[in-house]
Amino acid sequence: MLSMSTNNLSYSDQGGTDSAVEVGQETTPTSSNAGAGFGLFSVDFKKNEDLKEMLESNKESLKLEAMKRVVGLIAKGKNASELFPAVVKNVASKNIELKKLVYVYLVRYAEEQQDLALLSISTFQRALKDPNQLIRASALRVLSSIRVPIIVPIMMLAIKEAASDMSPYVRKTSAHAIQKLYSLDQDQKELLIEVIEKLLKDKSTLVAGSVVMAFEEVCPDRIDLIHKNYRKLCNLLVDVEEWGQVVIISMLTRYARTQFTSPWKEDGVFDEHNERAFYESDEEKTRDETEAKPYMMDPDHRLLLRNTKPLLQSRNTAVVMSVAQLYWHLAPKNEVSIVTKSLVRLLRSHREVQYIVLQNIATMSIQRKGMFEPYMKSFYVRSTDATHIKSLKLEILTSLANEANISTILREFQTYVKSQDKQFAAGTIQAIGRCATNISEVTDTCLNGLVLLLSNRDETVVAESVVVIRKLLQIQPTQHSDIIKHMAKLFDNITVPMARASILWLMGEYCERVPKIAPDVLRKMAKSFTSEEDIVKLQIVNLAAKLYLTNSKQTKLLTQYILNLGKYDQNYDIRDRTRFIRQLIVPNDKNGALSKYAHRILLAPKPAPVLESAYKDRDRYQLGTLSHTINTKASGYLELSDWPAVAPDQSVRNVEVIEPEWAPSLGKTGKSKPAKSSDDKFYSDSGEEEEEEEKGSGSSSSEDGSSSSSSSEESGSDAESHVQKNSSQSSEESDKSSSQSEKSSSESDSEKKERKTKTPLQKKTVKPTAKDGYHTIMEHIFNEESWTYVTKNQHTKTIFVNVINQHSVLQTFSYSHWSTLCVSLFTQLCPLSLAFPLQLSGPAFVPEKSHDLLHRMTGKGLSAQYQFPRQPCLYQPTMVSVQISLTNTTDHPLEQIHIGDRSPTGLNIHCFNTIECLEPEASVTVFIGIDFNDSTQAANFQLCTKEDHFSVSIQPAIGELLLPITMTELDFRKLLGMNESSATITMAAENMTSQPISRPVATVANLGMVPSSQDNVHRFAGKTASSGAVVLVTVELRESSTALITINTEKSVMGSMLLRDLKLALAQT
Amino acid sequence: MQLPAKMIHSLFLVNSSGDIFLEKHWKSVVSRSVCDYFFEAQERASEPENVPPVIPTPHHYLISVLRHRIYFVAVIQSEVPPLFVIEFLHRVVDTFQDYFGVCTEAAIKDNVVVVYELLEEMLDNGFPLATESNILKELIKPPTILRTVVNTITGSTNVGEQLPTGQLSVVPWRRTGVKYTNNEAYFDVVEEIDAIIDKSGSTITAEIQGVIDACVKLTGMPDLTLSFMNPRLLDDVSFHPCVRFKRWEAERILSFIPPDGNFRLLSYHVSCQNLVAIPVYVKHNITFREGSSQGRFELTLGPKQTMGKGLEAVLISSQLPRGVLNTNLNPSQGTYNFDPVTKLLSWDVGKINPQKLPSLKGSMSLQAGASKPDENPTINIQFKIQQSALSGLKVNRLDMYGEKYKPFKGIKYMTKAGKFQVLPAGTGLGFKKIIQYKYRTKHTSLQEGLNTT
Repeated sequence: MLSMSTNNLSYSDQGGTDSAVEVGQETTPTSSNAGAGFGLFSVDFKKNEDLKEMLESNKESLKLEAMKRVVGLIAKGKNASELFPAVVKNVASKNIELKKLVYVYLVRYAEEQQDLALLSISTFQRALKDPNQLIRASALRVLSSIRVPIIVPIMMLAIKEAASDMSPYVRKTSAHAIQKLYSLDQDQKELLIEVIEKLLKDKSTLVAGSVVMAFEEVCPDRIDLIHKNYRKLCNLLVDVEEWGQVVIISMLTRYARTQFTSPWKEDGVFDEHNERAFYESDEEKTRDETEAKPYMMDPDHRLLLRNTKPLLQSRNTAVVMSVAQLYWHLAPKNEVSIVTKSLVRLLRSHREVQYIVLQNIATMSIQRKGMFEPYMKSFYVRSTDATHIKSLKLEILTSLANEANISTILREFQTYVKSQDKQFAAGTIQAIGRCATNISEVTDTCLNGLVLLLSNRDETVVAESVVVIRKLLQIQPTQHSDIIKHMAKLFDNITVPMARASILWLMGEYCERVPKIAPDVLRKMAKSFTSEEDIVKLQIVNLAAKLYLTNSKQTKLLTQYILNLGKYDQNYDIRDRTRFIRQLIVPNDKNGALSKYAHRILLAPKPAPVLESAYKDRDRYQLGTLSHTINTKASGYLELSDWPAVAPDQSVRNVEVIEPEWAPSLGKTGKSKPAKSSDDKFYSDSGEEEEEEEKGSGSSSSEDGSSSSSSSEESGSDAESHVQKNSSQSSEESDKSSSQSEKSSSESDSEKKERKTKTPLQKKTVKPTAKDGYHTIMEHIFNEESWTYVTKNQHTKTIFVNVINQHSVLQTFSYSHWSTLCVSLFTQLCPLSLAFPLQLSGPAFVPEKSHDLLHRMTGKGLSAQYQFPRQPCLYQPTMVSVQISLTNTTDHPLEQIHIGDRSPTGLNIHCFNTIECLEPEASVTVFIGIDFNDSTQAANFQLCTKEDHFSVSIQPAIGELLLPITMTELDFRKLLGMNESSATITMAAENMTSQPISRPVATVANLGMVPSSQDNVHRFAGKTASSGAVVLVTVELRESSTALITINTEKSVMGSMLLRDLKLALAQT
Repeated sequence: MQLPAKMIHSLFLVNSSGDIFLEKHWKSVVSRSVCDYFFEAQERASEPENVPPVIPTPHHYLISVLRHRIYFVAVIQSEVPPLFVIEFLHRVVDTFQDYFGVCTEAAIKDNVVVVYELLEEMLDNGFPLATESNILKELIKPPTILRTVVNTITGSTNVGEQLPTGQLSVVPWRRTGVKYTNNEAYFDVVEEIDAIIDKSGSTITAEIQGVIDACVKLTGMPDLTLSFMNPRLLDDVSFHPCVRFKRWEAERILSFIPPDGNFRLLSYHVSCQNLVAIPVYVKHNITFREGSSQGRFELTLGPKQTMGKGLEAVLISSQLPRGVLNTNLNPSQGTYNFDPVTKLLSWDVGKINPQKLPSLKGSMSLQAGASKPDENPTINIQFKIQQSALSGLKVNRLDMYGEKYKPFKGIKYMTKAGKFQVLPAGTGLGFKKIIQYKYRTKHTSLQEGLNTT
């Protein structure tokens, strides 16, 4: 027994932050636990003994059985800590379920048994290096959940490593671990912020929510960390998992309030109140007002509003609520009402959800009646609603009441008054009272109605009515003597003390209006004084005093009698009051001075009570928060700041060139695709000089990607930056997924010089020779002033610069040389999409096959063919390059051949330069880049000549959307955790024998070979052009000419399509 | 010093008699004495539903939901959106229900290990980790009788042997490697109509809550699109996360890679009065006379605007006034039942034949000497209409991309009565007349008889 109770004690101490208050409260449950435990105790003790034996046995099943019982003990809140040594031995078990249960146990008890817990650490450290990402992640989860301060350095190390893991799932886990470590040891804050900063840059939707959560917990004040990631977060938001969305939205709400100016009115919050007072809910006027003053919404502000809007349709109520509060706090007044419908929809969810949503609507409806008025019926009370729901609905209905709808609302209220739920009926009467004061037209009607309620059978209803009538009469004291008389008549039947007290107070206050009745009431009261409740007694004394002052002739004796009764009352207050009143009203020698003022003291005009909503002041808390719900500041509540008077520098959100990337932004190419994750090392290596130049040069993101040319929309803040010299530079903009898309030029001096030398090239016109295909592509690159690259490899740069210098030499470059050069450059300059380098490699095989784009018959003599040269696209890395050969089969020259309209409209094509003239029988080869967005959807566009337009379309095979990469076999295996699709096929005979398997695979898809240690297994790797997702293909040859094709990629749709193509190519036909 | 950590700290499961029967802590242990504040609120509440969902205590905040007569009490230490916690708790209950079929105290106690494993996976450090049932089922197999037997014999486990892959992909709600021999996709459009009808038969409120529940058993990674004949009806919708918002906004087409198995694709709401056709009408006359110990009861119902589909499973119920001692009624079809204790009258009508309308007529005996009852009873109706969605929503077509096979596709429509009430003739308060008098000029269109429920 003794040990049991100590266990219980130590158990309660673990509460840690629980204070003495709770410990004090705890006595009851503890003792009851102990009591309950007592009977079982001896049994328990034995059980635990045999648990120990089971855990130490050799049989897995026994161990598992034991652990299950241990977990049962934990779940019941029983102490199982003495089993720690036996349990911890099983931490390295092979059985997954056993292992999991041991983890559960460890996390629960490690804090108490720190020394023993350390025994398990090495197991986790080993697991952190496991090739399987899930094992790495779960090891980190458990390691970071063991709250043992001594392992802080180990945790720190593990978190740092996991933060640069290549699996986004592990990175997500590391974001969670940050919070755990921080709550264990706040000294790690600075180091943890570094990790957060790094993870904030992560582009995986999996990580975003978790890292923002960590940010909110560790360093919510470091708003500067958000700037650079703001646009990315906005754009990712729709794809983040629902819980992460809530966290991100609430963080962005705070962010926006510090960074943008008020969209409501120029001078902020003060005016907000004015508006309310002057215009009530008149939205029209508010809008006019705002429009009158020049207000330009920051495009980033707009971006946030636009990207959160679709989330109003989430099934997760927390997401909907968080979007609603975002609109409430950030959107222009006339836009807020788009959240109404969604909020009302939430009212059909669970009771608890309704409760929170109604609270928020209650606050909103005070300021903006117009928002919810059309949905008034949704707030009608149903008899099945819980009491707190009912009173909230009542609250909202009262706030929504106006002259137009009051009769409907009052009729609804009448039914509520009859409700069986008396607390609710009383609330309704108060609500009627509020309506009566707010809307002067119905005051009389309400008053009459309330008077009728005085004859109601139910006491509570009557009492509440009296109280409300009293308040109403106080507001409008004129000509209501009838009502007072009526109440006096009912007085005998009313038993609720508060109601009786109210009537007495009314009598006293307005005794001059009912000169005959008041003394009579006093007479009755004198009789029953001793049996009244205290509050009634106090009012009797008051009434007596007031009557004494106004009508002393009739009431003098009565008053004295009552005062005498009061003098000997049991209650202090009544004795005190009596003494005070007597001194005040009965003149004697000592206090004559005061009694002169007695009339003025007792019968002073009293201010009318203000009947207002309990939710009036709630708007000081951010909507949707816990603080708002409980109407007090919860710990950890982050204040929403007021709008800044002047917007802080907008350019901080511009994203710099973060990684070396070769992004010649040619002409108005429209959207550029996002580059993959940044690499700091690269960045710092690229030299101070360049870095400085880059700082101011990021072009600001502008409106949606639908309008592709936006060079004129550059924000003024960028004007000084030298990049502006290159007008074409500024045409970039961010689209749905590109927050980091802006690439700016950062030429070194030498490059600037180069530009001068190459200027003459621009004037060159295209000659229709076969060779000029290559020429054209060169033109494209060198034509533009703005082609840019950042590289640490000076050597390459020089080569390239030399290449430019010797333009003539270039003409002689053979195609293959050129492509090799491109590839090598690309490899060095290409962004690194993963934590380890994905080397782009040259295509293993370029199929010769060309496809008809435009037949000469349909093209009125212009014929076009296309093929996929499988080169990385020079214009933008996300594009697939397509080689088009144009031939003029007519007998007259064709002029101005160019690309016209395209569909879908968002399609991103890099066009070739207009071919001014194509002579008869001549042909020209041009290159275009198409961003297929990793889908096989056809790119439709118009091929135009001076006279005609021809609609053409290019439908890529799935294999053409890939770019080959090289990697080691080890890396390949590590990455296999992605989605898998596989199929077994029977190989065609010729594929088995005559040629290596790589050939048909390479024909189908643009993949690179990965060296393989096994003869029968062939591996290929590539990445998708648009999103850079890795695609891994394994072909395993088996006996009897079958083969297993496995495709691993997170683009699961692409995976299955590629599998289909590969099956076709390899299988027997 | 420990900082107040955000999100969910601990979870206590409390039964209706106020016992904690399960506790789970994601951070340091919080003493169960914190629940005393909850018990206090529980005692104060007249009904179990009336316990406030958010209870502040000196050092913690308790956020609770009540489902299946179990309180799920989450302990919070600092600011967190309350809906976040509430939504999560409901998700926990849904998961339990999904796993154990029912969510009762007994089921939870029997499966305590699975419950613990689930809770462990669903939250990490108090932040939701895996809440998709597809993923959870891959991690932890739901218990079945067969598996339990096999497990005890062979010593194998509920925990998935293979590590799940879905969570790591861009389609976190779908597990990979799904294989079926029969590929099929079923969609059920189920609409519930909530209405309040007054005695004259005019509609006071009517709205339709619709859902599309799907049961998709398709191999691989199918990419589905579902289009509607009349998508404009759906202007108030909420989606499963798999639905692509952008596509819906641009083209009004539902495009999604479905989770495997059963899930709710979307729920919608049609509130516009004139869009909602009321499929049934009720004529009733319930009268009590002052001083008499008899009351008359007459009720007839019939179909209306059902688009040729029959009304089925019709059930009438009404809470008669306390003064009614017994009834002597005569149904033209079906069976009726009156419980003299609860005063609940129910009439199981069954199918309605439009040629021969069902009726229930007779007398009620009242307590002698009791005064005439205050209120006339409201009448609740339940019914079903197969093969029809009341709002008129129609699925146009379902297409599948990304996989080669031809799936079997099915769609079913159904309408049910939700909270469908018919009000009795009014016996309102006196002051209705005053108001109506005053506002008659302004609001002539507002009907009398709105005043009772």
